[in-house]
Amino acid sequence: MELELRGITKRFPGVLANDDVSLTARSGKVLALIGENGAGKSTLMNVLSGLYQPDGGEIVIDGVVQQFKDPGDAIKAGIGMVHQHFMLVPVFSVYENVVLGVEPVTGPGIMNRKKARTEVREISERYGLAVDPDAMVEDLPVGIQQRVEIIKVLLRGAKILVFDEPTAVLTPQEVIEFFGIVAELKNRGATIIFITHKLKEALAIADDITVLRGGKVAGHADPKTATPEDLASLMVGRDIDLTVDKTEANPGKDVLTLKGVHMVDDYGRAILNRIDLSVRAGEIVGVAGIQGNGQTELVEAITGLLPLAGGTIEFLGTDISRATPRQRHEAGVAHVPEDRNHMGMVGSFTIAENLVLDSYYAPPFSKRGVMDGDAIRASAEQLVEAYDVRPPIIENTGSALSGGNAQKMIVAREFSRDVPLVICAQPTRGIDVGSIEYIHEQIVRKRDEGKAILIVSTELDEIFALSDRIVVMFDGRIVAQMQASDTTPTEVGLYMAGKAA
Amino acid sequence: MSSTFEKPPVESYEAKEKRTRALNASQIRRARVTGIVMLLLAAVVVVLFLPNVEGVATFGLSLPAETIQLDPLEVPVQPALWMLALALGFLGASQFYRGFQHKSTMILGISFGLFTVAMMVWATAGQEFNLESMLVATVSRCTPIALGALSGILCERSGVVNIGIEGMLLGGAFTGVVMGSLLGGWVGLLSATIVGGILALLLAVLAINFRVDQIIIGVVLNILVLGLTSFLTSQLLVENPEWNDAPIFPSIPIPILSDIPIIGQMFFNQTIIVYGMFVLVGLVTFLLFRTRWGLRTRSVGENPRAADSLGISVAKVRYISVIFGGMVGGFAGAWFTLGTVGRFDENITAGTGFIGLAAMIFGAWNPIGAFGAALIFGFSESLEQKFALLDIPIPTEFLAMAPYLVTIVVVAGLVGRARPPAADGQPYEKQ
Repeated sequence: MELELRGITKRFPGVLANDDVSLTARSGKVLALIGENGAGKSTLMNVLSGLYQPDGGEIVIDGVVQQFKDPGDAIKAGIGMVHQHFMLVPVFSVYENVVLGVEPVTGPGIMNRKKARTEVREISERYGLAVDPDAMVEDLPVGIQQRVEIIKVLLRGAKILVFDEPTAVLTPQEVIEFFGIVAELKNRGATIIFITHKLKEALAIADDITVLRGGKVAGHADPKTATPEDLASLMVGRDIDLTVDKTEANPGKDVLTLKGVHMVDDYGRAILNRIDLSVRAGEIVGVAGIQGNGQTELVEAITGLLPLAGGTIEFLGTDISRATPRQRHEAGVAHVPEDRNHMGMVGSFTIAENLVLDSYYAPPFSKRGVMDGDAIRASAEQLVEAYDVRPPIIENTGSALSGGNAQKMIVAREFSRDVPLVICAQPTRGIDVGSIEYIHEQIVRKRDEGKAILIVSTELDEIFALSDRIVVMFDGRIVAQMQASDTTPTEVGLYMAGKAA
Repeated sequence: MSSTFEKPPVESYEAKEKRTRALNASQIRRARVTGIVMLLLAAVVVVLFLPNVEGVATFGLSLPAETIQLDPLEVPVQPALWMLALALGFLGASQFYRGFQHKSTMILGISFGLFTVAMMVWATAGQEFNLESMLVATVSRCTPIALGALSGILCERSGVVNIGIEGMLLGGAFTGVVMGSLLGGWVGLLSATIVGGILALLLAVLAINFRVDQIIIGVVLNILVLGLTSFLTSQLLVENPEWNDAPIFPSIPIPILSDIPIIGQMFFNQTIIVYGMFVLVGLVTFLLFRTRWGLRTRSVGENPRAADSLGISVAKVRYISVIFGGMVGGFAGAWFTLGTVGRFDENITAGTGFIGLAAMIFGAWNPIGAFGAALIFGFSESLEQKFALLDIPIPTEFLAMAPYLVTIVVVAGLVGRARPPAADGQPYEKQ
C-alpha cells in the first residue's frame, strides 16, 4: 500500500506542530522520518494513527483519501503503530496481549484460547518472528517484546507499519535482528515508516529519508549518497560536527577507587556484584551496558543514594563508603543524574533556584540560615550565560525548559563547581543534537582541566565518542574493561549482551 | 534468525550459588524472627494454658436438627495441650535454626492454626463447645467480607481503587431493611444492590471523569453514608419502628448435600445471600479469567494506554466494573439486615468493608483467594463470639479486637508481596 500525506497541518494552542507536511511512503520500501525532539514527528504519527485530527491536509492511501476519527479507523485502514514505549500488559501472556481487542470468542464472550494461540503461532511462523504464545511478556527480553508488538499489528492486518524509535531500547545484536525483521516485512510488500534520531540507522535501513525540522519538512535525502553530517545539518539547520574533538588522555593519580562494591535488592539478589573500578584524574571512563544492568545502582552507590552491602569506595584516598550524599557532594563529587526531571531538578522551581539546589544552604548563597536572593540571582545570570541555557530567563521554572536546555542547566550547576570527580549518567538522553554537541564539549573540557570523569550511557556512539577507557556492565558485574582505542563497538556490544565473558 | 522459541537465559551455576548465598543472609534473619514468634506461642501454651486446666474439652460436631448425629469429640485437655505445645516448639525450633525457606509463610500459618486450636481446647476445658455451630457461623460471617472483597476486586482489577466498600455495605444494609420492611425481603435485596450501584456510580464519575484522588473519594463516601444512615435512623426509623423490621431470609437446606456431616450445614444450609456469595465468587472468577470482558478489564487495570491504543474504551470498561463492584457491595450490605437480624442499627457494618479490603489484598486480587481469606476472618469473628459465651479469663474487649489483630498480622506479615494491578488508583488521561 502506498501512503501519502498531503499538506498535513496540526495546531496546538500557541504551537504549530505540523506545518504543511507532505511525504510519501512506498509499498515494499522503508521511509525513515528523522528530526529532533519537537520537530513534529510524534504529532505527525499521532495524526496518522488517528489519535489527532489534522487541522489541514489529507491522508491518502492507494489514492483514496482517508478520514480517521479514532485509532480504530486507522487500524481498519491498515496502519499499524509500534510505539516506542511498548503498549503491552506485562502480566499477560504473549497471546493475550496479541488478541486484546480482537479476541476470538465462542458463545457469549468466552475466550477461545486455543484459536488465539493458533493465530499468534501462524503469524510468528509466517514472518519468522519466533515467540512462544504462552510466555509471560514481563519475562521476555525487550527484543522479543518488540516482536510481540509487531505480531499485534500484523494480526490486525496492518500493511503500513510505523515504528517509533524502535531501536532505542535494543541491544546492538537485537538491532541487527530487528533489521532482519524489517527486511522480511519489506519483502512481503509492507510499507514501513521508521522514525528515528539515529542517523546511521536511518542511512543503513531506509530507501527514502524525510527530515522534519520545526514542524516542517526540512528536506529529503537519498540514503545512498547522504552522509550523517548532511542529515544532522538538515535536522538542526546549521552545520554540525558529530565527532568530539579530543586529544590523547593524560591520566594522573586515582581519584575514585571502588573495591568489591556489592549491593543486593530486597530479595537478596546481587544488583552490584563485587565491582572493582578506578577513575583517574584527567581521564573519561565510560560505563557501557544495556539499561538495567546495575549502572543506575553503581552511580547511586558512588553518590551515596543507595547503601552498600559490602566493599569500599575510596575518594582521593579516604573511605567514603559510609558518608552521606551531602558529605560526598561537599568532598567534591559532582553528579549529573540520569533522570533530569525527577532527580536533576525541581520542575516547579525557577532556574535560579534550581541552580543552587546543592549549595543554597552555605555561603555565599545563605548567611546565618537566610538565603541571599541577590547572590543567587547574580550567580544564576552568570551560569545561564556561560552554559548557553535558552531562553536565559532565570525567573522561568525548570519545567518550562526544553530537555536539552534543562540538561544544560543541570550541567551548569554541577560543572561550575571546581571538584575532582564528575559523574554523568545518560548525559544526553533524549536531547537535541545541538545540545549533545555542547555537553560533549563541556565534558571533554572538564577532563582537560584534569578532572576524573565517569560517564554512564546506554548509547554506544556516546561511549565511543567520549571515553578514554570503557568498562562494560552486565547483570551487576563489570564484564570487560579496555582502552577505547583497543576495542570496537561490535566487541563492546557482545559484552553488553553478556555473550562473551 | 533462530527458529526455536526463545528461552530466558540460563543462570550460570556460579550466579545461582551466589544468589542463594545472598538470599540466605536476609532469610536467616526472617527465619529467626518467625522462629521466635512460634516458640513464644509454644511458651504461652505451656506457661499460661497448661497449669490451670484439666479434664476433658467437649466439641460438638453436629447441630440438633441434623439427621446424621456425630458423637461429640472429647479431648483430654492436658495431653492435647502438651502435644500442641510440643508441635509448636518443634516447628519454632526448626524454623529458628534451619528455616523452612519458601515454606516459612505456610509454617507460620500452621503455627497460628495450632495455637488457635490450643486456645480453643484451653477455653473449653471442662465445658462443651459446639464446633459445628461455630463453623456454620464462620461461613455466614465470611459472606459480607468475601462479597466486600469481591466488590473491591471488580473495581481494582479495572484500575479504580475502592476504599468505599464500607459505605456501600452500610448503604445496602440500610436500604435493604427499609425496603424489606415495606415491600418484602426480595425487594429489599434488590434495592440494596441498586443503592450499592448508585454509590459506585458516584465513585466512577468522580474517579474516571473528574480524576479526583480515589482514596479521598472512598473515604468521603464512607463518611457520607455513615452520616446519612445515622441521621435517617434517628429521624425516621426511631419514629417508625415498622420501617426497621424486615423479614429475615430463612436458611434453605439443599436436599441430600445438607445432610453431609460437618460441611453439609456449613455450605448447604444457608440463606440466599450466602448462596449468592458462592455463585458470585465463581462467576467473577470465570468472568475475569475466561471471558473477553475479563481480559479487557484486566488490561485496563494493568496498562490502560495499551488498551486504549487497541480501541478499547478505558472509561467504559471502568464504569462497568466499578458499578458491578458497587452492586456486589450493596448486595453484601443486605446480609447485615436481611440476612441476620432484620433490623438496622447505626454503623451496623462496623468496619467489615475494611476487612473485606484486607481479604482482597490477602487473596492477591483473586476472587477464590479472597474467599479463602474471608473464611479466616469469618472464623476469627465467630470464634470471638463463642469465646465471649464461654467463661474464660480474657476480657471480651480483647476478644473483640481479635479479628482486627488477625487482619493486621495477615496484611503485614503473611501477605508478602502481593502485586496489585499496575494501574490501580491511577486516573487515565487520553493523550
